[in-house]
Amino acid sequence: MADAVPRTRAIIDAATRPVIPPYIKLRHDEGRGRWHILAPERIFEPDDTAVEVLKLCDGERSVGDIANVLAKEYNAPQEEILGDISAMLQDLADKGVVKA
Amino acid sequence: MSDNAPTHVKNVPVTLDAGELRTEAKQADEADDVACARAPIGLLAELTHRCPLQCPYCSNPLELERANTELTTEDWQKVMREAAALGILQIHLSGGEPTLRRDLVDIVKTASECGLYTNLITAAVTMKRDQLEQLKEAGLDHVQISIQDVDTAAENADRIAGYKGGSEKKKIVAGWVRELGLPLTINAPIHRHNVYNVENIINYAVALDAGRVEIAHVQYYAWALKNRAALMPTREQFNEAAKIVERKREELKGVLVIDAVVPDYYAKYPKPCMGGWGRGIINVTPSGQVLPCHAAESIKGLEFDSVRDKPLGEIWLFGSAFQKYRGTDWMKEPCRSCPRREIDYGGCRCQAFALTGDAANTDPACSLSPLHEQWANVAEVESHQPSPDFVYRRMGGSAPKTPAQKTPEPSDA
Repeated sequence: MADAVPRTRAIIDAATRPVIPPYIKLRHDEGRGRWHILAPERIFEPDDTAVEVLKLCDGERSVGDIANVLAKEYNAPQEEILGDISAMLQDLADKGVVKA
Repeated sequence: MSDNAPTHVKNVPVTLDAGELRTEAKQADEADDVACARAPIGLLAELTHRCPLQCPYCSNPLELERANTELTTEDWQKVMREAAALGILQIHLSGGEPTLRRDLVDIVKTASECGLYTNLITAAVTMKRDQLEQLKEAGLDHVQISIQDVDTAAENADRIAGYKGGSEKKKIVAGWVRELGLPLTINAPIHRHNVYNVENIINYAVALDAGRVEIAHVQYYAWALKNRAALMPTREQFNEAAKIVERKREELKGVLVIDAVVPDYYAKYPKPCMGGWGRGIINVTPSGQVLPCHAAESIKGLEFDSVRDKPLGEIWLFGSAFQKYRGTDWMKEPCRSCPRREIDYGGCRCQAFALTGDAANTDPACSLSPLHEQWANVAEVESHQPSPDFVYRRMGGSAPKTPAQKTPEPSDA
């Protein structure tokens, strides 16, 4: 057997700059009137919050930056949003939808 | 799915190909709300039945379609455009061995231009590097490579597939896939000749830099049914493998996604075959026949339409084979009044037909089937007897030969 490649789980924190890899497609489905995340042999249905967050995952913004953007937009406390989207992005990273 | 973290994304519970179940059954209330309520989400395109491997668990039908009946490039391109218009999201390019189609790049290009997510399901042994580069250039999104065992058990792997040097070639191609930046899934059909090696197979998938592995217990339909006695693991072996999968899922969280397909002989409930008949998946055969499931032609009396004659959308909505077992109206007891009727849809229609003579009967995989006990006992008995030789799958070969040499099989798990 080949030597094990040292790959580890990406842990999401405020400094992480998440990015959607090119083979993950966030697409709006006109016919069904909803968003889909198309992934290798999987399809996910993101809710509105997840779509908002994913659109901001450009590999430049940190999770903290994304929380700031959303805090302003929704006039909500930044810490609360940070906690919420960190958990969401960890879930998405574990599913392979975003990379840290 | 094992992860129950607070989630803002929902898994659409019908990601299938080659008839294998990838996700666990969902609750009925959730099942009503999936993307595929009116249109299929996935299309399994069997581009050819030609294949260099001779796997004893081949999922293709008993009657293989000949090369001279295959759809043309233009036919397949039309199918891709119609699929996208119908609302299909993912195309699974399969076979046989899809890379044997010289026009694969053209088909992928059209599918990709239509916005379809393209997935190549390949045995990889005939793949050339420049072909893979062209496929990537054409917009291919993902590659799934099947393996028979780990690279250090290459002899066993090649014996199972009936193809010398296959294991080594698959490893090379997996390397190309990752070098080109394409995501990789390793599909490992599991049976008694490799079930003892599940942990190593999962580790091998990590070593190959796959993002996903399918521990896919063989489903005993069509050709695999001929080899059931040679392939069926014992219940103890299956349970041990299931424990390993659970442990590795935790251990490799965020590194490797592990999907598991259970052999229904050892499952509690029947599988919601294809996520429900005519509900989420559509299958097109090499010659253009449109099926609700890749094995549907085994059910006598069903009539199928061809993409050569009718648009895909019309066939999906109104085709008699699709209408026949769609939803729950066709059900008899005990399915009709069962609280799980919209969870498992009465199991597999093809298996019900093969074993009871009526596809509308409950799948014997269900404990409510009168045949269940007798059926489940077969696995118990066969799996404890010595493995007979494989009946290899050979294109055009009606008189299967036994392999020239046989590698000794490890006697325990």
